[in-house]
Amino acid sequence: MAQHLVGWLFAAPAIAFYVAFVIIPLLHTLQYSLYRWDGIGPSTYVGLQNYAHLFSNSTLLKSILNALKLIVFFSVIPVALGLLIASTIRRIAASRLAGFARVIIFIPQVIPLVAAGIIWSWLLASNGLVNQVLAAFGLKHVTRAWLGDFTFALPSVGVIGAWVLLGLCTLLLLAGMTKIDPEIYEAARLDGAGPVREFFAVTLPALRQEIGVCVTVTVIAALASFDIIYISTQGGPGNATMVPGYAIYYLAFFQREVGQASALAVGLMILVLLFILPIQWLTRERKR
Amino acid sequence: MILGRRESLTGRVLLIILMVVTLVPFVSLFVTALHESGTYPTGISWPARPHWGNFVEAFRAADMGRLLASSLLIELGVVPVSLAIGTMAGFAFGQVRMRGYQFAYFAFVLGLTLPYEAILYPLYYQMRSLGLLNTRWAIILPLIALFMPFSIFWMRAHFVNVPRDIVEAARIDGANMWQSFWRVQVPLAMPAISSLAILLFLWTWNQFLLAIVLVDDPLKRTMAGALGAFQGHYGTDIPLLCAGSLLILTPTLVVYLIFHRRFSTALLQGAVKG
Repeated sequence: MAQHLVGWLFAAPAIAFYVAFVIIPLLHTLQYSLYRWDGIGPSTYVGLQNYAHLFSNSTLLKSILNALKLIVFFSVIPVALGLLIASTIRRIAASRLAGFARVIIFIPQVIPLVAAGIIWSWLLASNGLVNQVLAAFGLKHVTRAWLGDFTFALPSVGVIGAWVLLGLCTLLLLAGMTKIDPEIYEAARLDGAGPVREFFAVTLPALRQEIGVCVTVTVIAALASFDIIYISTQGGPGNATMVPGYAIYYLAFFQREVGQASALAVGLMILVLLFILPIQWLTRERKR
Repeated sequence: MILGRRESLTGRVLLIILMVVTLVPFVSLFVTALHESGTYPTGISWPARPHWGNFVEAFRAADMGRLLASSLLIELGVVPVSLAIGTMAGFAFGQVRMRGYQFAYFAFVLGLTLPYEAILYPLYYQMRSLGLLNTRWAIILPLIALFMPFSIFWMRAHFVNVPRDIVEAARIDGANMWQSFWRVQVPLAMPAISSLAILLFLWTWNQFLLAIVLVDDPLKRTMAGALGAFQGHYGTDIPLLCAGSLLILTPTLVVYLIFHRRFSTALLQGAVKG
């Protein structure tokens, strides 16, 4: 009996912090989402109206759709490219070059996202390196201020995310591949499998868990993106790169529509769970 | 094994391309920082006369000394407390496994997916009513709470694999448990704790959202928050912005390059467990 009590005492400080600064604010978000409130004056109960707006208001809806599109850049591209790169360098993973590369490839994961945003805002500017390279290859006609272009701003922001996350995914997947028994590869080779069949028959199935991890981390990064958007586009031009994270911030602190911001916040939480729970369920090993 | 050799060559080429793609943005940042302040150079071009003075100017403009001090103060507020209470809770959920712990643990695990934006406004309101807005406490207190899900998840993963001798020894009382926790369990858990320390340090240093919303004064923010303010002020002066960004990045990069092995181990494990 004493043990149970002592156990709870050990957990108490963590629970106290969590309740005070996460659970209670979360309950407030739920509460605010049912009201129209400017954060200062009196509030009016409006039921689920703020939630209905998420689907009827074009800006809000667009922010959610943009977050879904960012999954392609933040998640699909880094995981797919990471798989390709990791399986190509698998055989030389122990070499000195690979050891050196590991240190370099990790850098984007260590610097603040804000720094990545500043660096890439400059690379993608009309005078920046991206246009310089394009011009050098005779593609001067496609150069533009990428982050200010209605069509290309969102993919450009996506490229920044892909740059940040590619290294992490590659190294995670590589770490998973080095755990695969080399004899399985030998056997596959003896059966006459080429690199492509080997990849689909041996590598991919063995990496289920690592792929699950990469997808989880990158999907959350895409759906909850804020830092990169804040620095590089502030949601613009127009609403071309508006995402829920930035819209919540803007609605709450500049438009003073706290209720609407809170409903979007709840929507974002649900959206994240809708993606993450199935991924976890599909990729976890069945042993816990 | 001709196939093998060709594959290894492709692998090397691919690695080099990947390194170039990672590093070239930093090179562009560096050479741009050497251009005359206020000019608008092109992507990568070596200036006729490198203006090394830009770094001095940016150091002064960003008030680097005080920025570093501020970030370190926030780290001091966040990391030791998070480690201590996260390890204690991880021990409770992984070793003691008291009645009903599953519910509390599940509530923490769900928090792993929580976007910080979701509680942004209530936190702002809460900090304002506590009178903590524009102080470092407004970053420190919520960050400790927001780091709890991961810290507990991480430490429980360690404690769940430790044999339960101490806890199972019958009739152990609270005082003994407390002592055995600090004298036996914590020293054994040091590898897990130090990896967690690296991750929490990095995530605090790079925390941006809470810093810009809860603290107006850049000199009371984290490094990332200060960088955001610097961009706001000098966003139009590209060479100075590049010099300042590089300066603000330097401490992170230096620490990373010294401890890169520990960093990448921690980050890779951290992702797998998270």
